[in-house]
Amino acid sequence: MKAGGDHNGATTFREALRDALREALTADDRVFLMGEDVGRYGGCFGVSLGLIEEFGPDRVRDTPLSESAFVGAGIGAALAGMRPIVEIMTVNFSLLALDQILNNAATLRHMSGGQINIPLVIRMTTGAGRQLAAQHSHSLEGWYAHIPGIRVLAPATLQDARLLLAPALADPDPVLIFEHGTLYNVEGHLDPAVPAVDLDHATVPRKGTDLTVIAYGGCLSKALAAAEELAGDGISAEVVDLRSLRPLDDATIISSIRRTHRAVVVDEGWRSGSLSSEISARITEQAFFDLDAPVERGCSAEVPIPYASQLEEAALPQVPGIVAAARRVVS
Amino acid sequence: MNSAGETSAAGHQGRRTKAKDSDAAHDRHLLRDMLLIRRFEERCVELYSAAAIRGFVHLYIGEEAVAVGVHQALTEHDAVVSTYREHGHALARGVPPEAVMAEMYGRLTGCSKGRGGSMHLFDPGRRFYGGNAIVAGGLPLAAGLALADRMRGRERVTCCFFGDGAFAEGEFHETANLAALWELPVLFVCENNLYAMGTALAREHAQTDLAMRAASYGMAAWAVDGMDVHAVEKAAHRAVTSIRAGGGPHLLEARTYRFRAHSMYDPDRYRPKDEIAKWKQHDPVTGMTEALRSSGRLTSARLKKVERGIAEEIEAAVAAAEQAPKEPVESLLHHVTGRNEEKS
Repeated sequence: MKAGGDHNGATTFREALRDALREALTADDRVFLMGEDVGRYGGCFGVSLGLIEEFGPDRVRDTPLSESAFVGAGIGAALAGMRPIVEIMTVNFSLLALDQILNNAATLRHMSGGQINIPLVIRMTTGAGRQLAAQHSHSLEGWYAHIPGIRVLAPATLQDARLLLAPALADPDPVLIFEHGTLYNVEGHLDPAVPAVDLDHATVPRKGTDLTVIAYGGCLSKALAAAEELAGDGISAEVVDLRSLRPLDDATIISSIRRTHRAVVVDEGWRSGSLSSEISARITEQAFFDLDAPVERGCSAEVPIPYASQLEEAALPQVPGIVAAARRVVS
Repeated sequence: MNSAGETSAAGHQGRRTKAKDSDAAHDRHLLRDMLLIRRFEERCVELYSAAAIRGFVHLYIGEEAVAVGVHQALTEHDAVVSTYREHGHALARGVPPEAVMAEMYGRLTGCSKGRGGSMHLFDPGRRFYGGNAIVAGGLPLAAGLALADRMRGRERVTCCFFGDGAFAEGEFHETANLAALWELPVLFVCENNLYAMGTALAREHAQTDLAMRAASYGMAAWAVDGMDVHAVEKAAHRAVTSIRAGGGPHLLEARTYRFRAHSMYDPDRYRPKDEIAKWKQHDPVTGMTEALRSSGRLTSARLKKVERGIAEEIEAAVAAAEQAPKEPVESLLHHVTGRNEEKS
């Protein structure tokens, strides 16, 4: 079995995802991967490169450009006892399958009075930062997090890229995994001492005392960079990596706020009606009297993502903006 | 028409009589299944008028020959995916009238525990996977059920019912292509009742020969008289036999008609009265009744007995539904994910 990483655990986000897929395909013959160009092409972003040679075209299954049909086929196959992993190239394309995701995957358990369940994993790329313009760059995971009946995950670290898939496949219900497009080439080391992760809990990758910066997916590295810069000014920022966007781990968020009394929420989605709105609302509902300052938010500007690099950069949450928001809440 | 009929042509008098008897018994069975659907839905109309059941109720009256005919070719191992006009499919599949009626009442004893209602009948034990109220939304699901069977080497067929309106949806075309490309064991049954809600076929489709359009995807597809249960049965057997032999997906376009409005809300202003009257002359239930009566294979007494049996079954279902428990609101959040059920 080929492993993506070397002996020291050095790997990329892409290889970590691929190793997770390989492990899943090896461990359970009910598991199969399907989507556009996942086979011969090796995946639009190279995640599944080589898997068709290892597992064959039946289990690494190229599909027509029919998002609704192949996502729905994943739902039907899950219903019939398989454990499909469906890849959608980008979150914008997932809108072509939204009927199947919302009206079937998320709803069949309920409509049937709990008699059936859909153990399906759907992976897709999300986010901007690669000059792919307004139909390949949005962050719509917050929309999906609105829907009861599904779980929504956003791996931000190599560890989560490598380890989230197994528990997602073990979940009895549909799980959507959003992979931020700027993360695939991120390199690093996997900690061999961490054999598994759980889906229910956010993590705290940086401890701090003065404020809490809440982020996920592609924005986690920006939150950590901001925390580093703030540390230079003597401001101690705690960083929470949400990891799960639905359900949200309120306990981890609120316990951090109770200690730091200040919060900045970073979310690449548009500000209005966003995941950051939800988190901000929960903080005020559950920890209003612990707050020493209004909750700040760092979101994308309310504009379709532009192509021109300076405009795209300006449209997204960036480190200076997070730092400025942090200074406002601690001032 | 069926294997028994073909055997009788061989000339053995005894076997011939036996085959005729079994033909008669089979036809009476077809009639009973169609009558059950007809009477069940007629009772639903009364109950709706009395406000005992609510929501959308889409009646199948007039189309019974399709569900009953197709089901003759399916076994308990096959799967069925249906639409929001699915009372007939559910009953033909063997979902107990009591469970369907309780669902219409929104009771815990309903086949979807009262969470689904008329448009979302489920019975996974009978491999009846709903009750889908998004036009063409069930088609991809059917392809997936069939894909799993194909990957696991199971010789099962997934039968997917939908209407002519679905031919205008992208999901039909995506799924037809996918099923044909992967040679999936799906029997697509298009119930062409000539209207997508209130829009006539020719006002919605540039090409109204639906079977021909399906065939363009590389699957066997043909039209059948959906008012003739024998014709439907024969076509379904032919298609299912071919599918089981590895022939890939097939599509039957059952040309049929609903005698009632689209739903209980529909004033039915868009259909000429003489058109409805013309189609009612091909009523599959009265047609089969008359054919059996005139050939002496169904006496008045026997018909009365059948009708009485059905009426008793339906009244028992109504009585049971009225007595059945309502789900307490405390369990409102059940059946959303497996996780919150574990917690509760």
